[in-house]
Amino acid sequence: MRIALFVTCLADTLYPQAGKATVRLLERLGHEVVFPAAQTCCGQMHVNTGYQRNALPLIRHYVETFSGFEAIVVPSGSCTASIRHQHAMVARRLGDDRLAERADEVAARTFELSQLLVDVLGVTDVGAYFPHRVVYHPTCHSLRLLRVGDRPLMLLRDVAGIDLVPLPDAEACCGFGGTFAVKNADVSTAVLADKMRNVLATGAEVCTAGDSSCLMHIGGGLSRLKAGTRTLHLAEILAATRDDQ
Amino acid sequence: MSTFLGMPTAPRGIGHLRGDEPFPVAARRALADSQLRRNLSKATTTIRAKRARVVAELPDWEELREAGRAIKAKTLAGLDGYLEQLEREVSARGGTVHWARDAIEANQIVTELVRSTGATEVVKVKSIATDEMGLNDALAEAGIQAVETDLAELIVQLGHDRPSHILVPAIHRNRAEIRDIFLREMGDVDPALTDVPAALAEAARLHLRRKFLSAKVGISGVNFAVAETGTLCVVESEGNGRMCLTLPNTLISVMGIEKVIPTWADLGVFLQLLPRSSTGERMNPYTSMWTGVTPGDGPQQVHLVLLDNGRTAALADSVGRPALSCIRCSACLNVCPVYERVGGHAYGSIYPGPIGAILSPMLTGVEDNASLPYASSLCGACYDVCPVKIDIPSILVHMRARHVEAGRAESGVPGGPRAPRASKARRELRVQWAPGVEWVPRMPRVPKMPSPEAVTMAAASWVMSSPGRFAAAQRAGQLGRLLGRRGVIGRLPPPLSGWTRARDAPVPPRETFRQWWRRERGPGSVSESGSAAGPGRTFEPESGGSDDGA
Repeated sequence: MRIALFVTCLADTLYPQAGKATVRLLERLGHEVVFPAAQTCCGQMHVNTGYQRNALPLIRHYVETFSGFEAIVVPSGSCTASIRHQHAMVARRLGDDRLAERADEVAARTFELSQLLVDVLGVTDVGAYFPHRVVYHPTCHSLRLLRVGDRPLMLLRDVAGIDLVPLPDAEACCGFGGTFAVKNADVSTAVLADKMRNVLATGAEVCTAGDSSCLMHIGGGLSRLKAGTRTLHLAEILAATRDDQ
Repeated sequence: MSTFLGMPTAPRGIGHLRGDEPFPVAARRALADSQLRRNLSKATTTIRAKRARVVAELPDWEELREAGRAIKAKTLAGLDGYLEQLEREVSARGGTVHWARDAIEANQIVTELVRSTGATEVVKVKSIATDEMGLNDALAEAGIQAVETDLAELIVQLGHDRPSHILVPAIHRNRAEIRDIFLREMGDVDPALTDVPAALAEAARLHLRRKFLSAKVGISGVNFAVAETGTLCVVESEGNGRMCLTLPNTLISVMGIEKVIPTWADLGVFLQLLPRSSTGERMNPYTSMWTGVTPGDGPQQVHLVLLDNGRTAALADSVGRPALSCIRCSACLNVCPVYERVGGHAYGSIYPGPIGAILSPMLTGVEDNASLPYASSLCGACYDVCPVKIDIPSILVHMRARHVEAGRAESGVPGGPRAPRASKARRELRVQWAPGVEWVPRMPRVPKMPSPEAVTMAAASWVMSSPGRFAAAQRAGQLGRLLGRRGVIGRLPPPLSGWTRARDAPVPPRETFRQWWRRERGPGSVSESGSAAGPGRTFEPESGGSDDGA
């Protein structure tokens, strides 16, 4: 299958390894990955901070960049949720019904990585090998907006060598929330403290998730504590093989 | 000649819909209170688990939620008609209906009604609407003492405190604190009182029983008002409400206009949704319903005050309107990661938590509760538990847009909200024009500069709507590598300093993804396009953008 990668502005700029892992994984599974270089950002930060008018050009840009593709993969539950749930809504609210229709069409072909793998490509064993103790944090938007359910866990369970341990109170938010983490830094940190406590209680080496943004938050906290647990994007674990060890 | 400025919002200077300080400031103080943190965490965790257990018992929970949502949507769509029907039915059965446009009018109406009975003390069953309008203060100004009879409200009242939760107003207090309040404030209490819950409840019971038996006037809220029969319904779990509703000769009930429902059949849906969502009980312990006046039985003077106080303004907002569907179960508070850490007081308004973060600014106008829509990580847990399916995260996002757009209109410049206005100056200009009622003038509107955030957002939009500008910005951002120490950045300048106070920030990598792709796959594949039919969109760097940075 020919799959267009929307790598997201965050992964492009700060976490390219998540994008590279997505490419490596899909190509290993026999698919063609293309990277439309015109892509920039889904506009979620603008929408969620109240700047819908400033988001509109970004939404239009996403729709134009990806309208010709049959399947689009995004290594982020949050950005996928924004594309699926906000793009058309914002376009409609600002009176651009034509864009809203096109946004809906493109959104229907936009998939978060675990959705693409399990629902579209029909695979849970991706041939990965990752001999480490791992906890999975289900990010809020993948869980409650996209409803990816246990698809990421199905994928992780089929990774060879993995020691996948349950995360206590897993479905609780990590406290990131985009600009919330800066506008309400104290509350955000207080929420993060409980997430880190739960992660550390498992003795895991790695905390994984389907969103670089939440991982930036959890990982930033763990790094500050010198806690000895690192964060990795789900794609990085799924892309890992015996050759990497 | 006149310009329509929108429906009136709840007036300033009265009631409890506005805080004195922005949410982040109040939250910081709450977060430092370790006793509060523990009380909240324990209480919300317990209620959360209880709710989850009883909700899971019902195979048709989702259908019930959808029914609740649909009834409320239908009611709001025909609210004027249902309210007039309610008025006709209540009046036909001997009750009197009063319409109050805002808190000021509602307080005047209730105060006059109490005065006309000659009573100087009234008993109250927990009512958030009367808290919203500051009724107890208004009554006190008129020499009338209001006695709260709900146990938690009593604790709050005796502690000279404010409620911090819709359902459990004293959730921020633990047993030892409650015992201390009783010993200090109750007067007639046994000095050997322990903090055993049964002993505390018995002390309150003895204290309240005397009040119930002597009260001439009872004041209540209304959970549901059935339009087809004029029946009012109060849902409570202690029995104090039933005392207030049946013993006094005069009963005054205050309800927000959104509490009306069309039929008795509709009530059946909500009486299933409410107890499971709020207290985690299968059935509510004390559900009282009364229809007008029954000669010789119960109150002989029955009044209903219909309170607007910004609700019509909320109704006029087609996106935010579902906030008026709220049945005050507080399930959203109990699951909210923000509420769980800071409690209700930080929100300033009597309506805290996720629902308060949308409802309060809708009632007051977003400019008066501007920090509340941002008091959420948008995690969506509130939407999942809401028994009437209010999409709180989407309405939060909508309220943020309303806030930004209001600022944009005012600054007259494309961009966002104005810089924080001179709230201190406003406070100094307060005018007391009636007992307990302050008038705070609106500052003259002068064009303001857009806030730094608005400038940043506009710039980010400009950069990110062009791949050339975005790639150039990425390259500039890679200079951030200079800030890195051992792979992380420990300190960033404002406004990002809030991040690095407790979290490291990543050092930008040597190579962005798009640089890697171009290096690995070559420039030919960079201009990959999906439109097989249409013209291939080959990326040309914009002037000043140079190449893609391989």
